[in-house]
Amino acid sequence: MQSNNLLELAGAVSSGAVRVVDLTFTLSPDFPVIVLPPEFGQAAPVRIQEISRYDGRGPAWYWNNVTFGEHTGTHFDAPIHWFTGKNLPNNAVDTMPAKDMIAPACVIDCSAQAAQDPDFLLTVPLVEAWEAKHGRIPERNWVLLRTDWSKKGWRDYSNLKDDGAHTPGPNAAVMKWLVEERGVIGFGTETIGTDAGQAGHFEPPYPAHHFLHGAGRYGLQCLCNLDQLPATGAVIVASPLKIQNGSGSPLRVIALVAST
Amino acid sequence: MLQRCEACGSFAYPAREACPSCLSAGLAFVDAPRQGVLLAETTARVPSDVYFRERAPWRIGLVKMDCGPTIVTHLHADCVEGAPVRMSFQLDKSGQAVAFAHPEGETPNMADDKQWREMTADPKFRRVLVTNGRSMIGQEAVAALKAAGAKTVFVGVAEPWRPFAGEQLLRGQDGIEIVTLDAADEKSAADLAADIGGKVDILVNTTEYVRPGGLLDRRGTSIARDEIDQAYLGFINLAQAFGPAMRMRGADGINNSAAWVNILSVHALANWPAFGAYSASQAACMSLSHCLRAELRPGGVRVMNLFTGPVDTEWFQTVPPPKVAPRAIAQAIVSGLRGGLEEMYVGDVAEEIRQRLGANPKALERELDR
Repeated sequence: MQSNNLLELAGAVSSGAVRVVDLTFTLSPDFPVIVLPPEFGQAAPVRIQEISRYDGRGPAWYWNNVTFGEHTGTHFDAPIHWFTGKNLPNNAVDTMPAKDMIAPACVIDCSAQAAQDPDFLLTVPLVEAWEAKHGRIPERNWVLLRTDWSKKGWRDYSNLKDDGAHTPGPNAAVMKWLVEERGVIGFGTETIGTDAGQAGHFEPPYPAHHFLHGAGRYGLQCLCNLDQLPATGAVIVASPLKIQNGSGSPLRVIALVAST
Repeated sequence: MLQRCEACGSFAYPAREACPSCLSAGLAFVDAPRQGVLLAETTARVPSDVYFRERAPWRIGLVKMDCGPTIVTHLHADCVEGAPVRMSFQLDKSGQAVAFAHPEGETPNMADDKQWREMTADPKFRRVLVTNGRSMIGQEAVAALKAAGAKTVFVGVAEPWRPFAGEQLLRGQDGIEIVTLDAADEKSAADLAADIGGKVDILVNTTEYVRPGGLLDRRGTSIARDEIDQAYLGFINLAQAFGPAMRMRGADGINNSAAWVNILSVHALANWPAFGAYSASQAACMSLSHCLRAELRPGGVRVMNLFTGPVDTEWFQTVPPPKVAPRAIAQAIVSGLRGGLEEMYVGDVAEEIRQRLGANPKALERELDR
């Protein structure tokens, strides 16, 4: 690629010819986190503590101490997060190839189905139907599952019942197929987790984690504004914090979209 | 409690070095009979002390105790000269023990007496914040405080997107208001204080974070961190968010701020290795409570610590009885506030540890190590 093409891109971003869509929720203590049974270790919630705010603690400056678990807010999952990816090379956020942080996305709109059924599952036939309309999913693309889940209030968003969360996601077959037959670089959702709320009962449990990370691919979750993306053609920039041997991190996810 | 001579048996007041009857030095504090007769009554209309001037007229009296001594005392409005009275020592707003005389029998609306309410932190008519409504203790506390006549009970609920058992019951009731509060989060505590900090008369800190394990059976510090976050830093967040306004409002008319209640494990006093790290987090909170007590005192706001042994809740499932029912803790909160107490021990385990700690702390340490 010629360097003036890059400058052209920068110009297009600046002029608005290329739209930048922020797919990130604000990292805040109010945002729901994953709830595991209490006997397991829990993700530390997001905490923001003032160091000073133009006051006696620091007269001219405002800054905070921030603490959070690796899997809080809009966040990235690296292969090392799951046992299936634990022995892969360069499987953590600090060692993953930087080039994997920029990739195109296919957005599959299942918002209508998810509105009907909180346990809606993406299946291979549904993706094949999407491909019939938009073309085959190219290799090393993100597949983003649009459910409009990010537009809900927090209670409906986490949708916890006595038997756990009820939120949409992929079934096991489609995850295996996307990884093995389509070579996706990763899978992204609007919900807490790349897997469905009830995915612990699937075979294998948590198939998105199982297949993606087992093949060295990535996950993105708690995304928003997927409704502003075209079915194909958006480019995702997702660079997690470079945490030493980190299994994931909150991050700013943006999409570059050519204006039509 | 009064001093009684171990030699001749006569009671002495005020406290002395030697018995006024027989000069024996053996004067031990014991529970004294409470009965007496009101000899004389005085109404101070323009007291020199600013505290009493603001509350004037104020009645005091001289009571001849059946057991001997004559005591200057604050008076309940229904006490009349020449009539029998029932005496107690109370902590006044400055934390001093003072004598208080009640009429011998019950009188209508006895607990609503103006001078008596200064000596206590009765939840009746007051607005209470129960900081954690998710727990059994929190929910029982809400019910008990409401039953005790609290005007409003605010119930803090962290992570409001997470449903919890008992939620519907709390939501359905008049005078109970669910508010978002994650005490462990500085901003959440500050946000709630911005909303209701000016009308919290009693704060009941029902933070509960119990996890088993000491040092060697745990891996890493994340659970210990959670314990400190929830119990200790949560306490600090609540104190910094609500404490200053409570201290300012200690004399705010009838609905003044009156008390802060902590529910602490009695193992704050003596480490229980089976729940060793938890015990340590509770010890930290107890130490902090003494600091809070000193800092709230200038405003006349009391700090009551309620010590309990293992509670009959999920996290103490593996612990054999006796265990304390959450309801018993809730009832103790109310009775402690009504009595204006600083410290309470609820249940057999708590009481036993208190006694053994006084008798032989090293033996207690050894016994808890099983």
